[in-house]
Amino acid sequence: MSIAGQIPWKGLPVLAAGLGLWELSSRFFPLVGNYFPPATEVFVTLAAIVGSGEILLHAAASLARFVEGYALAATIAVSAGLCLGLWRPLYMLFEPLIELLRPMPSPATIPIAILFLGIGDEMKVAVTAYACSWPILLNTIDGVRSIDPVLMNTAATFRLNPWERFWKVTLPAASPQIVTGLRVSLAIALILVTTSEMIVSNDGLGFYVLDLQRSFRIREMYAAIVALAMIGYALNRLFVAVDDWVMAWHKGLTRKEEIP
Amino acid sequence: MLEVRALKKEFQALSGQPVVAVEDFSFRVEAGQFVSIVGPSGCGKSTLLQCIAGLSPPTAGRVLLHGRAVTGPPEGLILLFQEYNKSLMAWRTVFKNVRFVLENPANMKRSEIDAETQRFIELAGLKGFESHYPWELSGGMQQRVAIARALARRPEVLLMDEPFGSLDALTRMELEDTLLRLWESLHATILFVTHDIEEAVYLSDRVCVLSGRPSRLLEEIAVKLERPRNQLSTREDPGFIQTRHRIFKLISKELAVP
Ligand SMILES: Nc1ncnc2c1ncn2[C@@H]1O[C@H](COP(=O)(O)OP(=O)(O)OP(=O)(O)O)[C@@H](O)[C@H]1O
Ligand SMILES: [Mg+2]
Repeated sequence: MSIAGQIPWKGLPVLAAGLGLWELSSRFFPLVGNYFPPATEVFVTLAAIVGSGEILLHAAASLARFVEGYALAATIAVSAGLCLGLWRPLYMLFEPLIELLRPMPSPATIPIAILFLGIGDEMKVAVTAYACSWPILLNTIDGVRSIDPVLMNTAATFRLNPWERFWKVTLPAASPQIVTGLRVSLAIALILVTTSEMIVSNDGLGFYVLDLQRSFRIREMYAAIVALAMIGYALNRLFVAVDDWVMAWHKGLTRKEEIP
Repeated sequence: MLEVRALKKEFQALSGQPVVAVEDFSFRVEAGQFVSIVGPSGCGKSTLLQCIAGLSPPTAGRVLLHGRAVTGPPEGLILLFQEYNKSLMAWRTVFKNVRFVLENPANMKRSEIDAETQRFIELAGLKGFESHYPWELSGGMQQRVAIARALARRPEVLLMDEPFGSLDALTRMELEDTLLRLWESLHATILFVTHDIEEAVYLSDRVCVLSGRPSRLLEEIAVKLERPRNQLSTREDPGFIQTRHRIFKLISKELAVP
């Protein structure tokens, strides 16, 4: 399945109208224009800061943190989730802890992380990984525990050993929900990378946006924010493309026939 | 060979009320026999099969296979689930769903495994659907995938829980005959749950009639019809009609149908 085939062309008029409204209101109402430079100018500025390479360094720093934090969370949370989903006693042991930590807003971990890890990359990666872990962990646990007993009984009657049962039944059966968790965490990772960079950093898009605002480079600030939105969109597209390919069976299973 | 002694299975409903599904159930199945179990819906037939398959521990009593107590899924015994659609792997194609049960006792070469898989897919009438996913098939076809998969394992004892329930009459007759042929050639022992009295008589050496819940063994009826059986002549045989009549009387007494 191609990525282009998934772009929601039908929504294009609304998108165009939004941009048009931005452009016109900013040009004809000075009050708006003071805070919102016209869309065209923002995009020209974006091209300029990309051209000069200024934004690219920051984007690279943010992406590196994003990848490290997300990968760390995916590895740890999927493994932990599988263990907790498979062994009920283990889950009972950890349930109160999970229920206590989960509702805490993740940015609250930033001061703690600074205390332990300083203000460098480790802190940002750790905070990102922590925040991303929750949806992945909870979805993985739930995915494993909601596997139909008939399926597990089938594995039992065919006498699969625990190894085969895990790789051939448990993991694939739970995979749709694991993927859901991974997808939710994608956006969370970007939020935490940016937030932590805004709090303490000397590079990265979060730092860059705040720095631009403080030095009254408003056009550049908007350009950087647009860049952030575009990166988020691109990452999500990439995820969906991989998901469609790996989980084609699940897409087919849950696809609804469209009623014309 | 397979023996059930004073088996009892009690469930605890969520309301806390105990539900006795099976009560004091005993019987024996000799090697190579084809035995059917008929009984009213909800009487505990699936529960009984799960206990025999070692998937659900009995509350009291024992299951013995070759004289050894069954405590977990025994080797050489396969249960074909009533919820066939839930027992298929949605992420595997038809071919791989069947192939999967041959992969795990790895005593065959790849090419042999593939040939064997293909053979059972064709026996179940699924030729041409090898690369389809289960959810792309009709209910009856899914049921045939589950049947092909169970047979491909060539079990010594096969427990079948209403395996032909969602098939049309013609496919059903065809698969009944396929099953009988395979049963003879594989020298398997089959315990077959059905709600279709005629099907039970047609296939079996013996029919066990269960009472309503808690299910006890009401009567075991030997079917003395010659083999190989034939869909037309066997079903017209006076012996067939008599046996069917007897079983019907027994069950309708349970259901209080005149
Ligand atoms: N897990 C369970 N918890 C509580 N009660 C159960 C459970 N499983 C089965 N039962 C009860 O046991 C009884 C027998 O169920 P079972 O599925 O064995 O019936 P059955 O004879 O196979 O019925 P059918 O012909 O409709 O398939 C039912 O009354 C059911 O309510
Ligand atoms: Mg049943």
